[in-house]
Amino acid sequence: MTTRIDRRMAALKQEGRPALVTYFMGGDPDYDTSLEIMKALPKAGSDIIELGMPFSDPMADGPAIQAAGLRALRAGQTLKKTLAMAADFRKEDDETPIVLMGYYNPIYSYGVDSFLADAKASGIDGLIVVDLPPEMDEELCIPALKAGVNFIRLATPTTDDHRLPKVLQNTSGFVYYVSMTGITGSALPDTTNVAAAVSRIKAHTDLPVCVGFGVKTAEQARAIGASADGVVVGTAIVNAVANVIDGNGKMTANPAEAVATLVDGLARGVRRARLAPAD
Amino acid sequence: MNQPVAPNSFRTGPDEQGMFGIFGGRFVAETLMPLILDLEKEWDAAKNDPAFRAELQALSTHYAGRPSKLYYAEGLSNHLGGAKIYFKREDLNHTGSHKINNCLGQILLAKRMGRKRIIAETGAGQHGVASATVAARFGFPCVVYMGATDVERQKPNVFRMKLLGAQVNAVSAGHGTLKDAMNEALRDWVTNVEDTYYLIGTAAGPHPYPEMVREFQSAIGNEARAQILEQEGRLPDVIIAAVGGGSNAIGIFHPFLDDKDVKIIGIEAGGRGLDGEEHCASMNAGRPGVLHGNRTYLLQDSDGQIKDGHSISAGLDYPGVGPEHSWLRDTGRVDYVPILDDEALEAFQLTTQKEGIIPALESSHAIAHAMKIAPTMRKDEIIIVNLSGRGDKDVHTVAGMMGMEI
Repeated sequence: MTTRIDRRMAALKQEGRPALVTYFMGGDPDYDTSLEIMKALPKAGSDIIELGMPFSDPMADGPAIQAAGLRALRAGQTLKKTLAMAADFRKEDDETPIVLMGYYNPIYSYGVDSFLADAKASGIDGLIVVDLPPEMDEELCIPALKAGVNFIRLATPTTDDHRLPKVLQNTSGFVYYVSMTGITGSALPDTTNVAAAVSRIKAHTDLPVCVGFGVKTAEQARAIGASADGVVVGTAIVNAVANVIDGNGKMTANPAEAVATLVDGLARGVRRARLAPAD
Repeated sequence: MNQPVAPNSFRTGPDEQGMFGIFGGRFVAETLMPLILDLEKEWDAAKNDPAFRAELQALSTHYAGRPSKLYYAEGLSNHLGGAKIYFKREDLNHTGSHKINNCLGQILLAKRMGRKRIIAETGAGQHGVASATVAARFGFPCVVYMGATDVERQKPNVFRMKLLGAQVNAVSAGHGTLKDAMNEALRDWVTNVEDTYYLIGTAAGPHPYPEMVREFQSAIGNEARAQILEQEGRLPDVIIAAVGGGSNAIGIFHPFLDDKDVKIIGIEAGGRGLDGEEHCASMNAGRPGVLHGNRTYLLQDSDGQIKDGHSISAGLDYPGVGPEHSWLRDTGRVDYVPILDDEALEAFQLTTQKEGIIPALESSHAIAHAMKIAPTMRKDEIIIVNLSGRGDKDVHTVAGMMGMEI
């Protein structure tokens, strides 16, 4: 069976350009504003949405996403509400793929079977769960595949050729190449290394390879998109929200507009990625 | 809830996936996975390597001061008027607690793996001090992550770490305690995966840490078993140890797990009582979940968000517990009971007065339970309490609780 992710990736391949994959934190700074941000993403040129599930202890995230998760939790966000947000979004957009991204414990606490049933019913297409490596596939990956939900695996610079087949084995939708060792929001790596890594992964799989960690500007998105099938932007979007919230938690401008402006620029970047430099 | 049947032996875990029943495992980011597999391979080789074992044995004897004494606490026993209480004197080790046992083992492993930079998390500072100590001894740079709250309440240990040449990074996220320090240490590790060895201080985290730390700490139980047989001619009736992450407890428990007549009790931090939120009794008031690389009992809300907890004792102030303890709880082999802040404080003072020994607040939790049950036992019955560390580091906290300034 195909998911919205498969269909969107196939369409972009036809179009000859990489996907812009945008991450935002569900419930940051509150449910309604966050839903507004989500709706603004595809309108501003995002091709795939990563919907962050806040967790109290985000061990692989840098300060920006840590803070966003805490704002969301303080505003009362739960996994149930994150799924409701996806369902609300689906009322007016049945095409844009939604990937849930976060950590395992809230899902485990929810119950894997009921989570998958509710995620499917809410229009979720894929999952990225940071703390579930292939060694733990029985936990969620296999049940998700059976339920028709893509399980998107992270590959990293430490995933060598010996290990890559294991990482790719049950991966579907796309492969998320984390372009550096480190936490989210760190510095951008050298784009030539990224190109080499993408072709290394592509030697092992036909799945699209999206690259993230450190992409902040349209130019960086263009450079990464020259070799990758998709460019993932997360921390920059979360920062666009944080920048319009003052020390007392009051919004000083419209977060959805701030995010839309950023994403619009990034979208222009990925659309230039495969053009000759002279253009 | 899973209630596994009692196995033939309680000493064979974990399985090849690093699981103790449903607990344990390797719930880590992909970046760390190759490193953890490598660590497992090196650990499997090292534990069967006579040269590795000999080097560890020599350091344990001549540097840490092992074996630690098994001391009959006659003053306390007579005062309570019941069972004979023995203290396993881990407080007499170099650096003042059981933490050195694990640090010596892991620093030798780091050296064997060619890793040059040591990172560690610490709660009370005992593990931080022990890590800084072995790093100094072996000439490795060392970074210790410590919650900002703990930095404040364990100032003497912070200074000791700095004297030993370690960099102490205060972590202000969350409540600024051990959980937050562990998050930050994991972030460092995932960033500096090329050259860094993460010296985890307790029998928790991803496989193989729980097994490895248990093995290094089992010196406590192996010695205690031989010592009580020599001193009393028989095994004890009860063994008691405090459980934060649970490394001192698993260390003394493990060699006795198949001695079915030995009752084994782990003490959780009951804080200000289990009715409210201010405790760290994950096995009495939590439920299974996944955090810091393993599945185990955790304090968490209905959405699976981890709670912060509270204990007077920084070393017990952690919302989870090592996975083997969760398994021992569910199999019924070990009882886990809470002791309140006030009860621990009373035990701290009584032990100081009756034995001339100032116990760590962590260990005071275990002594407090011995104080409860000893009077109900016969005079020929025997309790061994793991006196996991000395209390010099806690005098500021205790003075504060007693309303005094020092």
